[in-house]
Amino acid sequence: MNDHQEPVLVCKDLCISYYTRAGEIPAVVDFSLTVLPGETIGIVGESGCGKSTVAMAIMQYMGANGGIKSGSITFKDRDLNQMSEDELRHIRGSEIAMIYQEPFASLNPSLKISTQLMEVPLAHENISKEEARQRSVQMLADVKLPDPERLMDSYPHQLSGGQQQRVVIAMGLLSNPSLLLLDEPTTALDVTVEAGIVKLVADISKKFGTSQIYISHNLGLILETCDRVFVMYSGEVVEEGTIDSLFTWPRHPYTHGLFACIPLPTADKNAAPLKPIRGQLPLPFERPQGCYYHPRCDHFKPGLCDQEHFKMAHVEKSAADHRVRCLRHKEIDQRLEVADGEVKEVLELGKQVLEVDHMKKYYEVRDSSLRALISGKRIRYVKANEELNFSAREGETVAIVGESGCGKSTFAKVLMGLETGTDGAVRHLDNDISEIAVRDRSAKQIGSLQMVFQNPFDTLNPSHSIGGQISRVIKKFGVETDKQKIFDRVMKLLDTVKLPRDFYFRKPRQLSGGQKQRVGIARAFAGNPSMVIADEPVSALDVSVAAAVTELLMDIQRKHRTTLLFISHDLSVVRYLSDRIVVMYLGHILERGTTEQIFAPPYQPYTEALLSAVPIADPEVTKREIVLEGNLPSAMNPPKGCPFCTRCHRRIGDICDNEPPPDQVVADRHVIKCHIPLEELKKVAPVIHVPDEAERLHAQQSR
Amino acid sequence: MVTLMVKRFGFMIFTMIVVSVILFLLLETDLTGDPAIRVLGQFSNEEQREMWREQHGYNQPVMVRYVKWLGNFATGDLGESIRFKGPVADVMLPRLWNTAILGFWTFAIMIPLSLTLGVLSGMKEGSKLDRSISVFGILTTSVPEFASAVIFSSLFVFGLKWLPGTSSMSGGFEFKQLILPAMVLIVYDFGYVARMTRASMAEVMTSQYVRTAVLKGLPYKSVIVKHALRNALIAPFTVIMLQINWLLSGVIVVEFFFAYKGFGALILEASLNNDIALLEACAMVAVCVAVTTQTLADIGYTFLNPRIRFS
Amino acid sequence: MDTSTATTKMPTAGYGAAIWRGLKSFGLLRESWVGMVGAFLVLFWVLVAILAPLLAPFDPNSSIQPFAKPMMAAAKGGTFWLGTDHIGRDILSRIIWGSRTVLIYAPLATICAYTVGILMGLAAGYRGGWVDDVLSRIADIILSFPVLVLYIIIIATIGASGLNIIIAITFASSPGIMRIVRGLVLDLRNRDYVAAAQTRGESDWKVMLVEILPNARGPLIVDACLRLGYVIITIGVLGFLGLGLPPPDPDWGGMVNETRQMAMAFPHMTLFPCIAISSLILGFNLLADGLREISLRD
Repeated sequence: MNDHQEPVLVCKDLCISYYTRAGEIPAVVDFSLTVLPGETIGIVGESGCGKSTVAMAIMQYMGANGGIKSGSITFKDRDLNQMSEDELRHIRGSEIAMIYQEPFASLNPSLKISTQLMEVPLAHENISKEEARQRSVQMLADVKLPDPERLMDSYPHQLSGGQQQRVVIAMGLLSNPSLLLLDEPTTALDVTVEAGIVKLVADISKKFGTSQIYISHNLGLILETCDRVFVMYSGEVVEEGTIDSLFTWPRHPYTHGLFACIPLPTADKNAAPLKPIRGQLPLPFERPQGCYYHPRCDHFKPGLCDQEHFKMAHVEKSAADHRVRCLRHKEIDQRLEVADGEVKEVLELGKQVLEVDHMKKYYEVRDSSLRALISGKRIRYVKANEELNFSAREGETVAIVGESGCGKSTFAKVLMGLETGTDGAVRHLDNDISEIAVRDRSAKQIGSLQMVFQNPFDTLNPSHSIGGQISRVIKKFGVETDKQKIFDRVMKLLDTVKLPRDFYFRKPRQLSGGQKQRVGIARAFAGNPSMVIADEPVSALDVSVAAAVTELLMDIQRKHRTTLLFISHDLSVVRYLSDRIVVMYLGHILERGTTEQIFAPPYQPYTEALLSAVPIADPEVTKREIVLEGNLPSAMNPPKGCPFCTRCHRRIGDICDNEPPPDQVVADRHVIKCHIPLEELKKVAPVIHVPDEAERLHAQQSR
Repeated sequence: MVTLMVKRFGFMIFTMIVVSVILFLLLETDLTGDPAIRVLGQFSNEEQREMWREQHGYNQPVMVRYVKWLGNFATGDLGESIRFKGPVADVMLPRLWNTAILGFWTFAIMIPLSLTLGVLSGMKEGSKLDRSISVFGILTTSVPEFASAVIFSSLFVFGLKWLPGTSSMSGGFEFKQLILPAMVLIVYDFGYVARMTRASMAEVMTSQYVRTAVLKGLPYKSVIVKHALRNALIAPFTVIMLQINWLLSGVIVVEFFFAYKGFGALILEASLNNDIALLEACAMVAVCVAVTTQTLADIGYTFLNPRIRFS
Repeated sequence: MDTSTATTKMPTAGYGAAIWRGLKSFGLLRESWVGMVGAFLVLFWVLVAILAPLLAPFDPNSSIQPFAKPMMAAAKGGTFWLGTDHIGRDILSRIIWGSRTVLIYAPLATICAYTVGILMGLAAGYRGGWVDDVLSRIADIILSFPVLVLYIIIIATIGASGLNIIIAITFASSPGIMRIVRGLVLDLRNRDYVAAAQTRGESDWKVMLVEILPNARGPLIVDACLRLGYVIITIGVLGFLGLGLPPPDPDWGGMVNETRQMAMAFPHMTLFPCIAISSLILGFNLLADGLREISLRD
């Protein structure tokens, strides 16, 4: 990467708008970017900041009503905006390629993989079909897909999500493009699969010399893959710089605010809680005067920050290309604010409220194929939950961690009574609820065990008003019966979740994602529950919104001493707010213990891999790299032995395939399910190393 | 895949049996009125009715009658037509053939026309072509067949005097007489199939995999033909198969209006004349054709959709 | 964030509010001119049907002056604006009164069909299992009949009368409606708010009617308009084939059939009823299209 090379892509003062019936919507206001050959650039921002619009503008695919209002995009000295459709067609796929967010939707379901791969070089270069096929097979091997020949003849739906995304990447690289655009390529994938793709992306530049633009909302991913990063807010770049300079010393209040919202390893829910960014993202046609961020900025100075729109400025005493759009960046010293957050009191844990005792949940599946008819095995079982054992105390936050297919949703369903357990018991407040379906439970029982759901857009009924929905819940649980009292209680709940009282009359579609999730929380707490199950409550929300909702949940929990079962796949959030963690894989609990015990050795090998896959946005933190190979087995046909044996990087032999591993007790309530003897596991080095203050100071001084 | 086909055919046969039971109960038993009265009229007296019942074996137990009736059906003995005074099979077959000819020409013109226009309007959603086809489609589906038959007759028969007013083919087969009935059917159904195709094509054109194909730099023709049409035509295919079911309804009005000696007119005549045997036979045949095409449509859809085929 | 209780009062519930909200949503139609034209056509005929006694110049069933051409003056005063038929009945009056027939039976039949179809579709889609299997099989069997053949058989067996036509239409249309509702329910029942209601222990029917059905109303309203169009066509066709309402009630389809033999010399007798029925059906189709456009834009 020397400076004498010609840049591959230059965006200069780019201004992109959408022209709709309602008028002009300026999506991107001032965007400038330079990409050198072999560089990986990251564009980070929350939803609505315009990062995907920029990607589409580079591809010149903004739809019928989008257009570049001013500025230019130059690719290798040619203005993309001035090119004809034909010229664009030559460039797309062969010089600039794109990878999308949802791999399955991006592949044609009716065509074989081979067709979709081969047509790229065939359309752009003058080669024979044979050669195209050979190159495709080679590329599939290069993106680390096993058995490329067989994959060529498959259809997209026969591949897993991670495999599909690798195919899309292979498709993009086939004609050796100079620039690769990646728009949130791993958002739809599981964490361990994501780690593999991220590693692949990081290697692409080295292997093929391709420049990349990586768009994401996750700062941790950007840290792992990019050389330089651009932070976008409300349609413009607010800070840009190398990974080193920006991550060590972010200068713009928004960037700093973003870091304060992410549950880094240094955050602690009591001692150093997350600091959500107040306010809301302005709508595109309601941008404030001057700095767009000033209504939400803690360093706002009236008369200075709200006057005119201004440009980026270079940051002194930092790397050459570290620039920031802030008039006060020289005066603000972010480091002085590190210990500024409020300290919350630690919650004392109470007695045991939940005990899960060898719970099993099998789903019956009737196999009606001819083969089953003949062999006599008509009924097969999906072993969704297998022998679950753990407990939770009053006021405790227990996290259930696992990827898709691990059985955490099934477990939630059994707890809530939507399903009944096949075997074993689940005792809540000394009542075995695993056998009792929800319709047989008393109103009090139901009210004391409620759930917050994942998808904020589906969590509320779009046809009824907010107030109406919460009132119904209160009535149902029998908390109040008098109309006026119910109304008052709804108002109090709205206050608790920090929503304005006149939201009572609004319909869900008038609320944002974060606001809807707050209503979901209000609804769950309407009946004064003793235990709440939160199923990925913040996964679908933007970082700053998620921080606010997470803090809200913590506050309510503290006040009511509720036990919280937090289901998630995001280990950063889990580490931040849970006291205990249960790690699930294919229906089994592979490890359980307190947060400190889980994050430190000894590890169950799956836990180890999971920990190494978590993206952490702290450049001082080091991680050991573990990439899992192999596929998740089907829950109908689980391995005879350890469920993790097909992918385990520490597999010791046939015993892992054939015999179910034993529960090894490491300490009180810390159990690991593995064949590897405990002494060996204890010798393993920690996966994540978080440097303490002394080490950090040392690292910074040597910079 | 094979299991699916076996299941579908099994269900087809099940449907036919259930239909036959329903028809039997409705037409041959006392469920909806005495068959004897239906045939002999209201003014017959009890003696005549008894005699008729004896003659036609109506006094035997229901199950026996049903089995015998079904057996007759299966072996091709469809009974005697009262209206036409002859075996039902002899009456029905030539009529079926005539309707088949009408149907063939209707589809031969309607399908290419509606598919092409549907695809073209779906490709350019919102364009002038799209709007005009949509408007035309809504207009034509709003005019019932008998009304369009009237309008076309007024125009082409009475006004311009280009085409004959009836299609009885009394002087042997004349293609000219087929034009008006076919035109009515084509115009009515074209709107529906074109709009279905348009919707399917428009949905595919906005899908993410078409976006991928465009952004891979493939030539436009390749994007449309190889990527879009492949998926867009799956739904219209099944819709077209199901139009055969619709056709069996549509021809009734058209054949009645133009006095075309087809199967549809036959069903109508059978019901208006209380010709039970004929009505039963026609109904069974109609349902048989409908169910067969439905089953073929189902199997075809499964075949065309690789997700289901290879799962 | 305003949290004062002074500004928030308890909401008024009740059917009055619901109807008012329903009427307000007609204003939405302003966004789609296609829907406006459709609504205008439908309203036009509804008004004609309501005001029939005031609008019709003559008695629709009495024969006055056969074979009069349109705009011809009647012997005893008044004008035959649309002419008379072969029996001497004024066509305009017959068309006006005929609109009543159509606009009473079609909505009635549609409402019956919808009630049955919605109940079946909710049960099949939500409960699943054997309920779904049985109901879907029944629907498949009924739908495998070519529609008109089904009508012919039903009418042939139970006879032609107003009530029987409603029964026949309900029987033939509810499987199609059931399929649509079932499809919508299958999609909606996976939403989190349904799961939230279930975890509260709400009964099945409460969930179906309160949580799921209101969110299906968009596609169902569009379908209802279209189906009204189909039902009107059906009533027209049955009338045309002689299987419709027994005379002498004027019935547009029947009018066409009675007069088509004379269409060569007197086209007005058949053309005007055709135009009448086509315009009404067009109105419903345009209205459906407009509503669909609006719901997509939401």
